[in-house]
Amino acid sequence: MYTFLRELADSWVMLIMLATFIGIALFAFRPGTKESYDRLRNLPLQDDDVLVEDKSGEK
Amino acid sequence: MQHIIKAVLLGVIVLAAAFATNFARDLSYQVSAIVIILWAGYLFIREIGKIGNAPVPAETGYMDGVVRAGVIATVFWGITGFTVGVWIAFELAFPAMNLTEWTGPYLNFGRLRPLHTSAVIFAFGGNALIATSFYVVQRTSAARLFGGNLAWFVFWGYQLFIVLAALSYVLGASQSREYAEPEWYIDLWLTIVWVAYLMVFAGTIYKRKEPHIYVANWFYLAFIITIAMLHIVNNLAVPVSIFGSKSVSLFSGVQDAMTQWWYGHNAVGFFLTAGFLGMMYYFVPKQANRPVFSYKLSIVHFWALIFLYIWAGPHHLHYTALPDWAQTLGMVMSIILWMPSWGGMINGLMTLSGAWDKLRTDAVLRIMVVSIAFYGMSTFEGPMMAIKAVNSLSHYTDWTIGHVHSGALGWNGMISFGALYFLVPRLWFRERLYSMKLVNYHFWLATIGIVLYASSMWVSGIMEGLMWREVDAQGFLVNAFSDTVVAKYSLLIIRGTGGLFYLTGALIMAYNLRMTMVGAGDATPIKASAAVPAE
Repeated sequence: MYTFLRELADSWVMLIMLATFIGIALFAFRPGTKESYDRLRNLPLQDDDVLVEDKSGEK
Repeated sequence: MQHIIKAVLLGVIVLAAAFATNFARDLSYQVSAIVIILWAGYLFIREIGKIGNAPVPAETGYMDGVVRAGVIATVFWGITGFTVGVWIAFELAFPAMNLTEWTGPYLNFGRLRPLHTSAVIFAFGGNALIATSFYVVQRTSAARLFGGNLAWFVFWGYQLFIVLAALSYVLGASQSREYAEPEWYIDLWLTIVWVAYLMVFAGTIYKRKEPHIYVANWFYLAFIITIAMLHIVNNLAVPVSIFGSKSVSLFSGVQDAMTQWWYGHNAVGFFLTAGFLGMMYYFVPKQANRPVFSYKLSIVHFWALIFLYIWAGPHHLHYTALPDWAQTLGMVMSIILWMPSWGGMINGLMTLSGAWDKLRTDAVLRIMVVSIAFYGMSTFEGPMMAIKAVNSLSHYTDWTIGHVHSGALGWNGMISFGALYFLVPRLWFRERLYSMKLVNYHFWLATIGIVLYASSMWVSGIMEGLMWREVDAQGFLVNAFSDTVVAKYSLLIIRGTGGLFYLTGALIMAYNLRMTMVGAGDATPIKASAAVPAE
C-alpha cells in the first residue's frame, strides 16, 4: 500500500498537480480579461455599506 | 416546539456533564465538565424561558451583531494573551516569577507558555479571523450570513473552546503537541464548531448576489478548510478513558513528529498566513480607498501558496530521525515558498502606489503597511532559516522565537489592529475613531516593541547557537548550557521590555476603541441606519 501510494505520488499525482498549477497560472493571464479584473479589483470599494461614503465625497 | 427540543438536548448535556464531573479521573477533566454544566445549564434556562413565545421574525440586512461581539472578543483575548506573554518573558529572566512557592505548578513557564501561544494565535487571531471573515464575506457577496443563529453558535462555541483549552493547560492537561495542546474532548468540540463555521462561510458564498468570489474570500475559505483537515489528522488519538483527559496518539516515533510539524507549519501557513492575507486583501484596499494592485498576481500567488505550503513542514525537523530526503524536500519547498509569500507582500504594498502620501496622514494605514512590511521580512527570514546550514545554528535558539514574533506581532498583530480600527467606527455607527493621536501612539509603541523584541532575540539566538557549538582544541564543548542562560540575561530583559511596549500599545487601542464605541469625543454617532445588502 505504502509503495503503491508512493509510486503514484511521485508520478501521476505530481504531474497532475504541476499541470493544474501551470494551467491556473496561464488561465489567469489569458488575454481579454482586463475589464473583468478591473471590476473584481474594485469589488470591495463598491460595496453597499452605508458608512463607506467618504465625507469628502471622493469614492 | 423547537425550543422544547433544544431545551431537552441541553438538559441531556447538563446531565452527561454532571456524570462526567462525578466520574472524572483528573482535575482538568473535572473542571471542564463543570464549565460545560454551567454553560449548557445557562442556555437550558434561557431556552425554557423562550417556550411558548411567538416565533421571532427573521432579520434582514447584514448580520453585524456577531461581528461586533467578535471585535470585542478579539481585543479582550489580545490583551489577555499579550499580558501572559509579557509575564512569561520576564519569568525567563527572573525565575522567581514562576511563583512556585505560592501557587505550586499552576503558573510556571511550562503551563503558561501554551496558554500564551493559544491565547494570541487562536483566541486573539482566531476571533479576529472569524469576525473579519464574517464581515468581509457579507460585504463582498452582498448577502446576509447563511444559517441564521449558526454564526452565534460559532462565536460562543469558539469562546467555550478557548476557555476549556486555557483551563486545561493551567491544570496540567496537554497533548504535548505544539499549538495543538488541547486534549481529545476539546479537539472534538472544536471540530464541531469549525464545521459550523465552514457551513456559515461557504453557505454565504453560495447564496451570494455578486457573481464573482472576491480574492479575500478565497483566502478565508482556504484557511477554514485546511485548518479543518490539519486539526483532524494531527489530533487522531485514542482516549485512555472516556472520563479522563489523557489520550494516546495514533502515530508513533518519527511519523508522529512529522504529522505534528505538517500540522504545525501549515497552521502557520493557513491560519497565520492565508487567513490574514484574506484580511489584507479587504482592509488595505478599503483603508487606502484604492483597488488591489494586481488581481492576476493575487490569483497566481494564492494557488502557488496552496500548492507549496503543505510541503514545508519537515524544516522543523532538520538533523533529527526524519529521513534526509524529507528534510531536503522541506528545505527546498520552504525556499520556493518565498516567491508566493512575496507575491502577497508586493500586492499589498503596491496597492498604495500613487497614494503613498496617505501614510503621512493616516495612522491606521501606517499600521497596515508596517504589518505587510513585517510579513515580507519574516517570510524572507523563514526560508533562510529553513536552509539546513542556517538551521544548524538557529534551531532551538532564541532566533526562532524572534522570527515567530516578528511574524506574529508584526504581521498578524498589526494587520488585526488595522482591521479593528477600520471596523469599530463602522460597526458602532461612529463618524470616526475617538482619537487619531492615540492610534499614532499605538503605532509607535507597537513598532518599537517589535524592534526591541526581534533584535534582542537575534543577538541572543546567534550567541546561543555559537556558544553551543564552540569546541576547544581537544574537541570538548567549551560552554555548559547554563553559561548561555547567564550570557543572555540582559537580552531576555530587553525582550520582555519590547513585549511591554507592545502590550501598552494594545491597552491604548482598547481604550480608544472603547471610547469610540460609546461615542465620546470626535466619535460622535452618525444617524444610525442599518446597513442592508443589495438585493
